[in-house]
Amino acid sequence: MVDTSINLSGLHLSNPIIPASGTFGFGYEFAEIYDINILGSFSFKGTTKEPRFGNAAPRIAETHAGMLNAIGLQNPGIDKVISEELPKLKQVFSKPVIANISGFSLEEYAYCCEKIDKEEQVGIIEVNISCPNVHEGGMSFGTSPESAAAVTKAVKAVTSKPVYMKLSPNVTDIAEIAAACEEAGADGISLINTLTGMRIDLKRKKPILNNVTGGLSGPAVLPIALRMVWEVYKKVSIPIIGMGGVSTAEDVIEMMLAGATAVSVGAANLKDPFASKNIIESLPDAMKELGIKKLTDIIGGAHNA
Amino acid sequence: MKKSFFTVAGNRLLAENTYEMVLRGDSSAVKKPGQFVHIALDGFYLRRPISVCDWSEHSITMIYKTVGKGTAYMAGLEEGDRLEVLTGLGNGFDSKKSGNKPLLIGGGAGIPPLYALAKKLMQEQKQVFAILGFNRVDEVFYAEEFASLGVNVIITTVDGSVGRKGFVTDAMEIDMADYTYTYSCGPEPMLKAVYEKAVSDGQYSFEERMGCGFGACMGCACQTKYGSKRICREGPVLEKEEIVW
Ligand SMILES: Cc1cc2nc3c(=O)[nH]c(=O)nc-3n(C[C@H](O)[C@H](O)[C@H](O)COP(=O)(O)OP(=O)(O)OC[C@H]3O[C@@H](n4cnc5c(N)ncnc54)[C@H](O)[C@@H]3O)c2cc1C
Ligand SMILES: Cc1cc2nc3c(=O)[nH]c(=O)nc-3n(C[C@H](O)[C@H](O)[C@H](O)COP(=O)(O)O)c2cc1C
Ligand code: FES
Repeated sequence: MVDTSINLSGLHLSNPIIPASGTFGFGYEFAEIYDINILGSFSFKGTTKEPRFGNAAPRIAETHAGMLNAIGLQNPGIDKVISEELPKLKQVFSKPVIANISGFSLEEYAYCCEKIDKEEQVGIIEVNISCPNVHEGGMSFGTSPESAAAVTKAVKAVTSKPVYMKLSPNVTDIAEIAAACEEAGADGISLINTLTGMRIDLKRKKPILNNVTGGLSGPAVLPIALRMVWEVYKKVSIPIIGMGGVSTAEDVIEMMLAGATAVSVGAANLKDPFASKNIIESLPDAMKELGIKKLTDIIGGAHNA
Repeated sequence: MKKSFFTVAGNRLLAENTYEMVLRGDSSAVKKPGQFVHIALDGFYLRRPISVCDWSEHSITMIYKTVGKGTAYMAGLEEGDRLEVLTGLGNGFDSKKSGNKPLLIGGGAGIPPLYALAKKLMQEQKQVFAILGFNRVDEVFYAEEFASLGVNVIITTVDGSVGRKGFVTDAMEIDMADYTYTYSCGPEPMLKAVYEKAVSDGQYSFEERMGCGFGACMGCACQTKYGSKRICREGPVLEKEEIVW
């Protein structure tokens, strides 16, 4: 018997697999086809203070070994998430869930986190700082150590739940930003969010996405995600939820060897609704194959020269 | 929704750039005309959404137009090839709303889902009319198949090379008067023209670029009078009165 369990800021997870925010909705679509209680946890759709429709269509474009999305954070708003989605989610998922929160100002982040703090089923708050800061020229909060730290402080002040800051890879030095979040009190780091990219429709000779640019994810980004998890692991001592392109149990192990304590699976769930289930089911065999008895033993293992 | 493997049992050229593919496998998740399947293709990250044109207990028939790399790949598939498919997606048409004289209006690659609908409406003893629109005679497909169901078929071509010259909406005006309901599927400009011309209530089937095809990513969401709807889940069929253009 191999041990796939991990501990994330005091939460015991039976395995490290956490479907990534925005690729698993609030769990219902997947609960129709398998028992989602097999998951370590999952991160629900990015939630903002106000309801948002998001960007105009097309919002999806295919790429080599991946996809671009420009959903634009469509969600029903924090109040409805609490009053409607969470009670429904409770019926299909009995474990602690990860609340993914977004905002366009420090106040919005704090507002949402203060509200979600009172929700019993939320085990961890994952704060997405890839959104533009409307008060400071629209630059993403996640692109400077100072604004990343400011969001961390603002949300830590209003919640006693563990706070994981979800970092954007669209920066020069992601480890520096992770360090600023740790310094500001973050309990953990999630990375990576999507990489900004675009595609052009050859027939129309125009960008495919109505928003022009979108976020790249899927297998194409795995090497970049691994490199960034590696760099952040070297710089901080708080746990990391690693993600970006993970589609197999072997990818999970690679991500953990780079330094992740838990691993999120994003686009793979969209390509194959059973992806997370398949990864969880094949993880023990992959571990055996590689002589791994206890998954926590390998966290950051590739750093030991 | 169901994920399963199907075997290609036929893949033939029907008309210019248009193929009919028959898949053999478990079609139990398909419940209504107007639903679609989402097909995984080797070498492509995203699946391709294609409407169910017809189905029986162990088979699904689709008609698709080659418009890009994925559909071109599909055209190269041969009998015996296997495909991994998500079935039973989307809401589909509601035949109960039709009244006794429904009018089906399809354009090009939007025609296929209307075939299964026509079949259902005929079984329900309705008097079914269909206007099938194409650009040219070379593109015409399934006119006889609709007719042999007992449907009154009107073909329109933009260049007049067969049938009535003009758009489907021209035929609505001239050939049809007392229809009780409209069901329409085709390119969006056609849907809008039909919407504006139709004197009855109706259901309209939309296309959108999809990520998952089963409701998880919000990639396909559109605005309606009753808020946001996912084309893959609360669609692709929308009620006329809820459509926001
Ligand atoms: C619900 C639904 C039902 C459909 N039913 C049929 C049908 O019965 N017969 C038929 O011929 N076509 C149908 N289509 C359109 C069909 O999905 C596209 O023609 C096909 O995906 C094009 O793939 P491609 O790789 O050849 O083109 P490419 O342009 O190379 O595709 C690139 C990407 O864009 C997507 N895409 C391109 N065009 C469309 C489109 N019109 N709608 C949605 N996604 C698109 C592709 O899926 C792929 O992800 C349907 C679409 C939807 C949404
Ligand atoms: C359709 C889609 C929607 C997403 N929405 C969110 C979101 O709301 N909040 C967030 O923090 N990340 C969001 N992400 C990013 C993912 O959670 C993940 O960080 C990223 O996709 C990388 O993982 P992957 O390569 O496994 O997809 C989204 C990704 C996709 C594909
Ligand atoms: S395509 Fe993912 S929600 Fe419709």
